[in-house]
Amino acid sequence: MKNFLRILSLVIVFLAAPLNSYAAEKVEYLKTDWSFKGLFGKFDRGALQRGYQVYTEVCASCHSMKYLSYRNLAEKGGPEFTEQQAKAIAASFDVSDGPNADGEMFTRPGKLSDKFVMPYENVKAAQAANGGAYPPDMSVLVKARGGGVDYIYSLLQGYEDPPVGINLEEGVHYNKYMYGNKIKMSNPLSDGLIEYSDGTSATVEQMSKDVTTFLMWTAEPHLETRHQMGFKAIVYLIILTILVYFSMKRIWSRVETKV
Amino acid sequence: MSDHEYTPSSKFGKWFNDRLPLLSLASHLTDYPTPKNLNYWWTFGGILTFCLITQIVTGLTLAMHYIAHADMAFESVEHIMRDVNYGWLIRYIHANGASMFFLAVYIHIFRSLFYGSYKSPREIIWIIGIIIYLLMMAAAFMGYVLPWGQMSFWGATVITNLFSAIPLVGEGIVTWLWGGYSVDNPTLTRFFTLHYLIPFLILGLVVLHIWALHVPGNNNPVGIDVKKPSKDTVPFHPYIVIKDTFALLMFMIVFAFFVFYTPNILGHADNYIEANPLVTPAHIVPEWYLLPFYAILRSVPDKLLGVIAMLSAILILAALPWLDTSKIRSAVFRPLYKQFYWILVADVLILGYVGAMPAEGLYLLVARVATAYYFLHFLVILPVLGLKEKTLPIPLSITEPILGGTANLATARNKESSIK
Repeated sequence: MKNFLRILSLVIVFLAAPLNSYAAEKVEYLKTDWSFKGLFGKFDRGALQRGYQVYTEVCASCHSMKYLSYRNLAEKGGPEFTEQQAKAIAASFDVSDGPNADGEMFTRPGKLSDKFVMPYENVKAAQAANGGAYPPDMSVLVKARGGGVDYIYSLLQGYEDPPVGINLEEGVHYNKYMYGNKIKMSNPLSDGLIEYSDGTSATVEQMSKDVTTFLMWTAEPHLETRHQMGFKAIVYLIILTILVYFSMKRIWSRVETKV
Repeated sequence: MSDHEYTPSSKFGKWFNDRLPLLSLASHLTDYPTPKNLNYWWTFGGILTFCLITQIVTGLTLAMHYIAHADMAFESVEHIMRDVNYGWLIRYIHANGASMFFLAVYIHIFRSLFYGSYKSPREIIWIIGIIIYLLMMAAAFMGYVLPWGQMSFWGATVITNLFSAIPLVGEGIVTWLWGGYSVDNPTLTRFFTLHYLIPFLILGLVVLHIWALHVPGNNNPVGIDVKKPSKDTVPFHPYIVIKDTFALLMFMIVFAFFVFYTPNILGHADNYIEANPLVTPAHIVPEWYLLPFYAILRSVPDKLLGVIAMLSAILILAALPWLDTSKIRSAVFRPLYKQFYWILVADVLILGYVGAMPAEGLYLLVARVATAYYFLHFLVILPVLGLKEKTLPIPLSITEPILGGTANLATARNKESSIK
């Protein structure tokens, strides 16, 4: 048994080495303490609500969020706006609907069941407006990047003047954390760019953290349930394992073999 | 299943059993004499059965919500993750379940290699096992394509393109596989169909695998034939059932940790980007469990030879019962083989590591050496070793080493020389 566990853990450690290498870039990302990490990790409600504000006032002019609906904003485990607030948010967007009885398309205020309104009609329009680069949809962005939240958090604070010798074309910016260091998105954040409704001081660092937290939630809307259920499931399994271990010992005590 | 007489006690039971001997089968399965010295490496057969059933059950549920269409597949997966009740749980169990399945199957295969379980009279069990393993790889590969992310699309492109290495008809075969001139909707729908079919083929083969096992019975850590039933065996139920359950629960704890706390660590981030035929990812890498073979493929400079090397690396296992010339099964009594066994384990792990790295410079060199050694192990070392190796005396029965008895050492030595 001991031998078995020893060999098994060795093999797993060995296996883990190449797995880590999947996160290809070896740049050191900026670190911050994320409330949603760890066994009991939960989102910081305030950060999610502020993060939504950053998204909607800054990012949303170019980046879509096509897998989210306005109702999600009021759901448990998310920013948890009240239903009234979520309705008001939805209603502040114009949604194209139809055709109506006359066969005409029409515009109406958004409802909870509507998906987030897209900033552009289609991918081509988005590219045309952004110098040929398509601003990626942000719904699962955090999971679609090797460094995850740390990468996004760093990227937002990674804008610098290019080092001597690097010539950037028109519309290309230098970012310390971007793959290849060249990014088409101009520096989106600056201190005091927005005014937080809860009075928090809107520094670049604060906004980066808030919006990244928000993006973690949009990518993993059930993260809190997952953590809670996971803890219960594992505790349950451990207790059951211990019980089964003792019944196994009991059963095997009838033969002189050790288990 | 013939060495076993069973008569149901009830009249109806007897009537039924005479027409369909299900009760005899159940009785055979519970009484099945199992060597009592099986260690925990033997619990992975049961764990693998659990993995297969988990994949089938979660897969069925996912298929109810998944849409196999190039324009909708990615979105339907996000729909499962967000709006289907516990869809995220089912999908994470299914996705991580594939990795757990392979983890268990590798342990199962390497257990067999260590204890010589593939040797006579268990060759057919072993070969069925290799076929199951091949089908598992096919199912896993096609399953990875279904979410229609970037790695799905480009992985499918790279792997299906391997067939173009076949002289003359290669290009035609690739077009036929794709159902068009590139990986597209027809490819996705057929992969979905096959991904749905293969697990049931595996299930059928698992039945044959177990059936073939029940003819000679289990091998054991000592690797000697045991008389069944005897002092050396215990009935499958309750002894093995409870032990397998205990091991399965420990396995499930690891499984649960992945599902609930690091559900995406075994996947590639690029697969959360929707497939785009116009943008190639910087590195196209398969899932971790295919990396050793990917390394072998890339270590050969010629495409066709690379494909042949990769396939041979798997198929060579089917010839293993005849390549290994040693009559002694268990590595416990083969001091030299034991060392070569661990070198092989390291070799495969190294192949897996370089498979994840770019194929250039030192990585490529290491991959080539490791590939050469892999084949050397099976084609040269094993046949020669079996003829030359001085093995240790093997015990007469399982009871002897367990009770620490050395009284029969002389007889054991005699038996050993008579085997040789």
